[in-house]
Amino acid sequence: MKQFWKSMLRSPSGVIGLIILVLAISIAVFGPMLFPNSPWRMVQRPFLPPFTLSTVPLGTDALGRDVFAGMIFGARVSLLVGLVSTLVALVVGVPIGAMAGYFGGKTDDALMRFTEFFQTIPSFALAIVLVAILQPSIYSIVASIAVVSWPPVARLVRGEVLSLRTREYVQAAIVTGQSNTWIILREILPNALSPVIVLASLMVATAILLESSLAFLGLGDPNLISWGYMVGAGRTVIRQAWWITVFPGVAILISVLGLNLIGEGLNDALNPRLSREGR
Amino acid sequence: MPKRVLLGLLLACGLAAPVLEPALAQEPKTGGVINAVIQPEPPGLMLAMIQNGPTQMVSGNIFEGLLRYSPKLEPLPELAESWTVSEDAKTYTFKLRKGVTWHDGKPFTAADVLFSMEMLKQTHARARTNLAQVDKVEAPDDTTVVFTLKQPFGPFLGIFEVGSMPIVPKHLYEGTDWKTNPYNNAPVGTGPFMFKEWQKGSFIRLVKNPNYYEKGKPYIDEIYWQIIPDAAARSVAYETGKVDVLPGGSVENFDVPRLSKLKDTCVTGAGWEFFSPLSWLWLNNRQGPLADKRVRQAVMYAIDRDFAKDVIWNGLGKVATGPSASTIKYYTDDVKKYPYDPAKAKALLKEAGYKGEKIRLLPLAYGETWQRWGEAVKQNLQDVGMNIETIATDVAGGNQKIGDWDYDIAFTYLYQYGDPALGVGRNYISSNIAKGQVFNNVEGYSNPEIDKLFADGAVATPDSKRKEIYEKAQKILVEDVPVAWMLELQFPTITRCKVKNLITTGIGVNDGFKDAWLDK
Repeated sequence: MKQFWKSMLRSPSGVIGLIILVLAISIAVFGPMLFPNSPWRMVQRPFLPPFTLSTVPLGTDALGRDVFAGMIFGARVSLLVGLVSTLVALVVGVPIGAMAGYFGGKTDDALMRFTEFFQTIPSFALAIVLVAILQPSIYSIVASIAVVSWPPVARLVRGEVLSLRTREYVQAAIVTGQSNTWIILREILPNALSPVIVLASLMVATAILLESSLAFLGLGDPNLISWGYMVGAGRTVIRQAWWITVFPGVAILISVLGLNLIGEGLNDALNPRLSREGR
Repeated sequence: MPKRVLLGLLLACGLAAPVLEPALAQEPKTGGVINAVIQPEPPGLMLAMIQNGPTQMVSGNIFEGLLRYSPKLEPLPELAESWTVSEDAKTYTFKLRKGVTWHDGKPFTAADVLFSMEMLKQTHARARTNLAQVDKVEAPDDTTVVFTLKQPFGPFLGIFEVGSMPIVPKHLYEGTDWKTNPYNNAPVGTGPFMFKEWQKGSFIRLVKNPNYYEKGKPYIDEIYWQIIPDAAARSVAYETGKVDVLPGGSVENFDVPRLSKLKDTCVTGAGWEFFSPLSWLWLNNRQGPLADKRVRQAVMYAIDRDFAKDVIWNGLGKVATGPSASTIKYYTDDVKKYPYDPAKAKALLKEAGYKGEKIRLLPLAYGETWQRWGEAVKQNLQDVGMNIETIATDVAGGNQKIGDWDYDIAFTYLYQYGDPALGVGRNYISSNIAKGQVFNNVEGYSNPEIDKLFADGAVATPDSKRKEIYEKAQKILVEDVPVAWMLELQFPTITRCKVKNLITTGIGVNDGFKDAWLDK
């Protein structure tokens, strides 16, 4: 563990990514405490440019709502959707991949055909359809992002398990008569975890982008403000008021960039070959 | 003495909106092509069977009704050149114009009118309702049509507008299956413009009717109705000169001020007097907190409607005072007032014992403006302590929920058609509570007194009696708040100033190209 942090901190991109993520999470957690007012409240005259009033530093939107407050509350929704939907995708994808890789044969065939079924449909189109059918709400958005993002996880885990399954220590465990569940959970998965972690960090970024795209198209939860919603709502007035779209757009950019940097750092730190090189 | 045109004076109070400069001093010039936006693309052009807004806008220039209506909603001659009303107000005799031909050259006669009445009763829901008071229609000769009513019906002269009662060609439709008639795709009317072609997803092209009965008219050679699905692209099309006419509602409100400031651009709110769109919130009177009158009144006090007008609608329109728009006959503002007063709303909620029960709000999925309005209203209601959850739907899904009474608060706007008997009563009388339909009394308000007032008002004579009845009805409704009235909407029409005389009637662009001309 110590070594992991050491090599993580050695890669500059990982450090920058970590700083961004920590910052974003603390804004999402503590920000709303500093802004007790709902971000939907009309507080000033509409289309107030940024940096003119200290009470609304980033200006107001078409209804006179505080853009800064929207950014802070939006961080909460964007990060929450990103993390939770990735978690759900892992919970679905890891067992399916592990079972397919470990048992092989017909189980593998069945599970992989099922996975491919999802992979044949363009993920964003499927997410739109799912949200539209289920009615936009935070739950349907998390669910549909999870549904479209678990197949790569399953395929990755399957590949790892396939190669690990033939190792001697796994063979030994089978010979000593340990149960399949035990072998998968204790012997195989821990060793297959590093690429999954790297993938997961990138999935959070993708999920944030997906949520933003859905909200941009008007398929966000109408009761929650998110960065994508702010960009979508401000898009039509971009010629009158650039700041409504630019600030949340930049927020999306930075957080997605941060997560990608973390993914890179993780990859450096967790890849044994690369990290040995550094030492 | 026959009571002529006077009886048709359909409006007590004139709208102060400016009509496009009538340019009386200028002599109309002939020729030219006009590009106009049509939004959205109409599902079809056969006006007798399809009555969507865009269908009316295009086909109102192809077909004609017996009458047209001035901005003050007085009836004007169209296919009927004059009309008389019997002393007992039960027999209406229309003299038809002579020498009128259909676009295919066949003469137009009273037989077409009789046939249209029969056809519309089956294909046009509103015409069917409007004709319910008619006992029989007869044609003593080729140029005379006589309507005999079961009882006097005050608003009768208000039902002959082209979209409400288009006259269709008997020789092309009689004995055919109307739904599959090939002329549905290439409609044949008597109007100033003839259908030429329709490139789906691109444009609809109308050309001048060279045999039009009013000599010299129309002045324009061709109309291209451009179909541009994206709102921002429609604004750009106007800015770049691709189109010259943006009918009301075809660009987003926040673009209106910018476009209005462009060079050689004229803007008017006129041309919607006949429809007088009024927006309100359906409040489900049946169940939950909104079943309590005090909670419904609290909704009225809680919502800042001036904010909605000034910010969301860019100052267009007018705050509604009650069930009638101010352009509708017998309108009165001598009713209970509901200014923006959150404190009073809170007090009323407390008095009613509201304890934070969840209230579902359905916005209208008609684009940005309505979405923003939904957000603002939600915030207003939350500010007085109501627990609002917005339900996101598309138009069809929203209609279904409202029709199934599966909502608490829902946005809508409806046309009023000039007379309370035609466009107001339908939303409040208990006989119009019918599950599954959208534009009737979906709030479930039931008050025998209101039922009786609207029943009496439709058939009462003389006018002063009707006025008294409808004013009383408005007072009761505004006290009970069956729905929360928001704004009288205004849909500005944006044109290049060289387009003259486009809007001269109460339905504006819908039949306006007859008189329009281009100042080149």
